[in-house]
Amino acid sequence: MRLLRKCGGIMVKVYVPCDSCALSLGSESVAREVSRVAGQRGLDVTLVRNGSRGLYWLEPLVEVETPEGRIAFGPVTVKDVESLFDQGFLSGGQHPLSLGLTEEIPFLKKQERLTFARVGITDPVSLEDYLAHEGYQGLRNALAMAPEKIVDEVTESGLRGRGGAAFPTGIKWRTVLGAEGDQKYIVCNADEGDSGTFSDRMIMEGDPFVLIEGMTIAGLAVGATRGYIYLRFEYPYAEKNLNAAIKAAEAGGFLGDNIQGSGKAFHLEVRLGAGAYVCGEETSLLESLEGRRGLVRFKPPLPAIKGLFGKPTVINNVISLASVPIILARGGSFYKDFGMGRSRGTLPIQLAGNLKRTGLVERAFGVTLREILYDYGGGSQSGRPIKAVQVGGPLGAYLPESQFDTPLDYEAFAALWAVLGHGGIVAFDDAVDMSKMARYGMEFCAVESCGKCTPCRIGSTRGVEVIDHIREGTNVSENLKLLRDLSDTMLAGSLCALGGMTPYPVLSALNHFPEDFGAPANKASA
Amino acid sequence: MKHDDWDSKDIEAVIGALKDKPGALLPILHAIQDQQGYVPPESVPMIADALNLTRAEVHGVITFYHYFRQTPPGRKTIRVCRAESCQAMGSDALEAHAKASLGIDYHENTTDGEFSLEPVYCLGNCACSPAIMIEKEVFGRVTPERFDAIVEEVRGNHG
Repeated sequence: MRLLRKCGGIMVKVYVPCDSCALSLGSESVAREVSRVAGQRGLDVTLVRNGSRGLYWLEPLVEVETPEGRIAFGPVTVKDVESLFDQGFLSGGQHPLSLGLTEEIPFLKKQERLTFARVGITDPVSLEDYLAHEGYQGLRNALAMAPEKIVDEVTESGLRGRGGAAFPTGIKWRTVLGAEGDQKYIVCNADEGDSGTFSDRMIMEGDPFVLIEGMTIAGLAVGATRGYIYLRFEYPYAEKNLNAAIKAAEAGGFLGDNIQGSGKAFHLEVRLGAGAYVCGEETSLLESLEGRRGLVRFKPPLPAIKGLFGKPTVINNVISLASVPIILARGGSFYKDFGMGRSRGTLPIQLAGNLKRTGLVERAFGVTLREILYDYGGGSQSGRPIKAVQVGGPLGAYLPESQFDTPLDYEAFAALWAVLGHGGIVAFDDAVDMSKMARYGMEFCAVESCGKCTPCRIGSTRGVEVIDHIREGTNVSENLKLLRDLSDTMLAGSLCALGGMTPYPVLSALNHFPEDFGAPANKASA
Repeated sequence: MKHDDWDSKDIEAVIGALKDKPGALLPILHAIQDQQGYVPPESVPMIADALNLTRAEVHGVITFYHYFRQTPPGRKTIRVCRAESCQAMGSDALEAHAKASLGIDYHENTTDGEFSLEPVYCLGNCACSPAIMIEKEVFGRVTPERFDAIVEEVRGNHG
């Protein structure tokens, strides 16, 4: 949206995010107001609708391009816009909302943005902008490589599935590469249903080309010519930007029958889910894509051998696929240099719930939970002590304060009987009743169970009832025993992670906060 | 988006345009719901016929997914997030307020036909909890007061 009236001065770029979180706080009206006031004053302003920098407590965050770099103002409301112009914000003028150079804001400065390198910086649907910021370098390299070499590079990077299961991406790809099939598929799991997670959404809204590029590289690596992005319906803005970017990539010869004149084909389509959490489970997702109820499949066969429409299929999470372009652009060993232990590279961590500074922090594995919660998150928003954090979505364990020094690392979390999952962290202050959260865990499982296996379908409903009895104070010690027994059955007997991991939030709440269940408190946490 | 007197020709056109896609059922159901506001029971045999499925199979899919509905919604659907992050920021109170101020429970329509109320499990707006979605627009940091203001504005938009 370029305002054409010039008035002697030079053109200034103003960035107002089109990210749904920014929109949910009024960035659309702010953008309109910026255009209106600029037009009224005859100023030459180019308005760019970027993704979000991930500093959500400052949204709507408006940035102005200056010779020194981009300067941020936020949170900006419509009422502030006139005064921003009055104070000369287009040339970086001082204003109470001024935050200085965006890159110098400590929350952002202390990050290691690899997968999120462009998010918030570029115009998400401009192919030109993407290419100007190292976009499609990975694909260009991949086009010159044999499929095995691409898989080798991804294997070398140590990338593990960012959806939650942390399975090595390279091994998955190698299986599909080696599988026989007249047609193979790349499926992107964009059914980001975990509470407290939004990194997939930010990528799809803020840099959709990186996902498209990652999927195209995956296609080249395993010999797949068709891809689907299974997107949850709750993300309408992501759908819009993905479709716009796919169109632009097709027009630019980056998707289609002959990618960049290589003779290689890759076609991509967005498909919408319909509000079923279980469809984030890979086999349920495939059923849904095929047009059926999202019932979980038995494994084996693995989707890599017999996946979508019975064909060999790579199914990866958005962040896994979006991390591939930088691995191919800079090399597997570059990516591998970040991280700790067997957790290589970076993790986009999402800070949510009761925190002062919520948003996205991309850091190499190894940063501690405490650092994330206090140095980045600034402690609770309510000002009360943080009592518990749930890491890894509704199937993730609750961690008490005594575990906050744990580094974010798949193995360190597994040792605590917790999971990193998709990297979402939800903080609760001391007003939370953990038996209520445990009940919610069971209730959620009951609402979302696909119904195929008994431990999940029936166990979750019985779980709600047992916790209700405990909360009412009925036969507490017997019912606690029953709850543990039931959880054991769900853990051991469920077909997928929904029933199989619901006991994580339930039992971790009970183990760390027994007093909330009417049982004696732990000595350590008393 | 809601049409009380729907035309089977519109639905036929949607089905015809999409039926040859691989795994066409969800795209068809989405297109019908986008067009009609819901999936009318009368469309089930039409879909089944086009895709060579039984009516039971189509019905099974419609009822599996929370999003698809078989009855007409209000003019605007309000979805209130019930997930953990929103709970950590007071969504319980927001839910109670939404139900009380609209005078309905979840899965119901207001008597004036203006709004439907649905629960939703995460809108990905967890950094600005609690969140709601009205049609395809998301709102963050929704206090009960802000909820009333948003609803009033949305109501006003309809004139």
